[in-house]
Amino acid sequence: MQPKIQVKNVTKIFGDHPEQAFELLEQGLGRKEIQQRTGQTVGIHDVNFDVDQGEILVVMGLSGCGKSTLIRCLNRLIEPSGGQVLIDGEDILQLNQKDLLERRRRKFGMVFQNFALFPHRTILDNTAFGLEIRGTTQNERREKALEALELVGLDGWENAYPSQLSGGMQQRVGLARALAADPDILLMDEAFSALDPLIRRDMQNELLNLQARMKKTIVFITHDLDEALRLGDRIVLMKDGYVVQIGTPEEILSSPASRYVERFVEDVDKTQVLTAGAIMRDAPVLASPKDGPRIALRRMEQESFYCSFVVQRDGTLEGYIWADDAAEAIKRKEKTIEGLIQRDHQPVKPDEPISTLIQMLADTRIPVPVVDDQGRLVGTVVKSNVLAALADNQPDREEQEDDAAGGEGGGDEKAPAESAAP
Amino acid sequence: MSQDFPFVGKFPLSDYIDASLEWMTQAFSGVTRGISTVLGGGVEAVVAVLSFPPPWVVILLIAAFAWWIAGRRVGIGTAVGLLFLWNLQLWEATIETLTLVLFATAVAVAIALPLGILGGLSDGFKRLIMPILDLMQTMPAFVYLIPAIPFFGLGQVSAMFATVIFSMPPAIRLTILGIRQVPGELVEASDAFGANWWQKLFKVQLPLAVPTIMAGINQTIMLALSMVVIAAMIGAGGLGSEVWRAIQRLQPGDGFEAGIAIVILAMILDRVTQRIGQKRKQQ
Repeated sequence: MQPKIQVKNVTKIFGDHPEQAFELLEQGLGRKEIQQRTGQTVGIHDVNFDVDQGEILVVMGLSGCGKSTLIRCLNRLIEPSGGQVLIDGEDILQLNQKDLLERRRRKFGMVFQNFALFPHRTILDNTAFGLEIRGTTQNERREKALEALELVGLDGWENAYPSQLSGGMQQRVGLARALAADPDILLMDEAFSALDPLIRRDMQNELLNLQARMKKTIVFITHDLDEALRLGDRIVLMKDGYVVQIGTPEEILSSPASRYVERFVEDVDKTQVLTAGAIMRDAPVLASPKDGPRIALRRMEQESFYCSFVVQRDGTLEGYIWADDAAEAIKRKEKTIEGLIQRDHQPVKPDEPISTLIQMLADTRIPVPVVDDQGRLVGTVVKSNVLAALADNQPDREEQEDDAAGGEGGGDEKAPAESAAP
Repeated sequence: MSQDFPFVGKFPLSDYIDASLEWMTQAFSGVTRGISTVLGGGVEAVVAVLSFPPPWVVILLIAAFAWWIAGRRVGIGTAVGLLFLWNLQLWEATIETLTLVLFATAVAVAIALPLGILGGLSDGFKRLIMPILDLMQTMPAFVYLIPAIPFFGLGQVSAMFATVIFSMPPAIRLTILGIRQVPGELVEASDAFGANWWQKLFKVQLPLAVPTIMAGINQTIMLALSMVVIAAMIGAGGLGSEVWRAIQRLQPGDGFEAGIAIVILAMILDRVTQRIGQKRKQQ
């Protein structure tokens, strides 16, 4: 399937003589040096990535890394100096002004950091702005804008003005405005950064909920790694105008491509990001309800484990039994373990963050069973799995020192010149 | 004793200006005569309409309008002020002055808005127009009266010509400012949704600039009023000519009566137009 957005070798140089900067970039000079020598500022350099239909791609980096420039290159609010931006296979950069406006009206919705609502328009008219620009009739406009407002939970506010709303509500309007015209692509520029942490968390959840229903293609810019890990199907990490790493949140956490990325992810609260599915192991012992207590006990003894999960033939989790109970049942000469099965276990889904698991493991003596949507046991988590996961991924001490000596380490991404200097 | 500049004679600036003004007078005589007819006729017609009903009817209408725009206090103040002017036997002169001011303002705004919008959107045009605005505002207002007469002859249209030139700059300046004050992120937002030049201007930039533009129009009205008084020297009539007559005959009492009338008119115009701007802002 063709990716929804393809970004190919996109470069933006701010200044009157980009060609001078291009030459120096070819020679591998860094941003700072080019700025000093030519007065040209390299916004972004040679950025490449694809975004698939229905994916949330998060572009993440510190301020000044070029991420805001990058997102504006996608709809040409900033004119790239070179490269290609293909939307559904069509190069946006080749379009004339009229076609460009048409694409912006049909394909893009944008949400801004400081909301950028129009203070002189009601919430309804703000929401309907894109439709109005497109020339939709008044009735249809109203209908779609009201729909969009309902989607973000702001029905009843359509006649208010932006100044009457709280920050969180204003950004809901921003989101509704972007959704009302039903674009394929949402560009979200630090959309939640101006909100306080609790509201931000709400909005993130809301966005994920909406996305589950709408399946838009979303490019989301943020400087907040936690937000990136929470929202992103994949993350593009940027530094000084370059892409440093592209990968799923787990890939970025578990194998950072360079010391820069490592430093970034060091402080991440891994309990929020790693999931049960990522750290679970196969169940140590399994039994079937028809097994005799003797067999079940022997398996437990072989694995030196004090309990065993009981599953049906199709893998459905039934419960668990204690080794002590099995021993008692042998004395009572029972035929099967059916009567011993305990059912007070609390199964979790593979996408449960391990922060939840830590709490559960503190309260229970058995491993936490992980089941799929059909209730089949796919693995279990014990305390040591969690500890191992949290202790893991620490950067290798030796490797770190190597990097420090040899400038920016890690394969094929280019080393910014200023940090390579002795 | 003054000493002449060495080696070269006086640069004939005034001759050049006279020559070019004379040329313009002749070359555009058709245009100026047309403007003269239309505007002169317009002013006369409005004055006639306002003078036809008994003064209290007009006063009541104006006061009601002021009340509606600016609230009870301004409404009552307007009624009291205008009744006082009627009592001073200055009603005819007040109507003439008011009409002239409103006509001049309308013409000034009609010219100022497009220029201001251009200056707001284009840096080049702003650089071009700014020194011209400085010149228009610092030139002594009397100087505009001199070429007005060959263009339009003695009378109200000449007065209006000088008034328009003198009062236009604040409307242009504040329109430029208003357009430039619109937050960049709002302009960017309208770009992002695919708005074209006109949509951006009429749906975002102009509406957001309205309070600032109204402040400019308010200034224009005030300047127009002050100029209309000066323009009595070339036959503008109205309250200005009452002042002018009092000066020539050394009658301080009559002069103050007319002067106070101008102040009352200024206050009414100021309060009402200020409120129009503020009303928009509150939304």
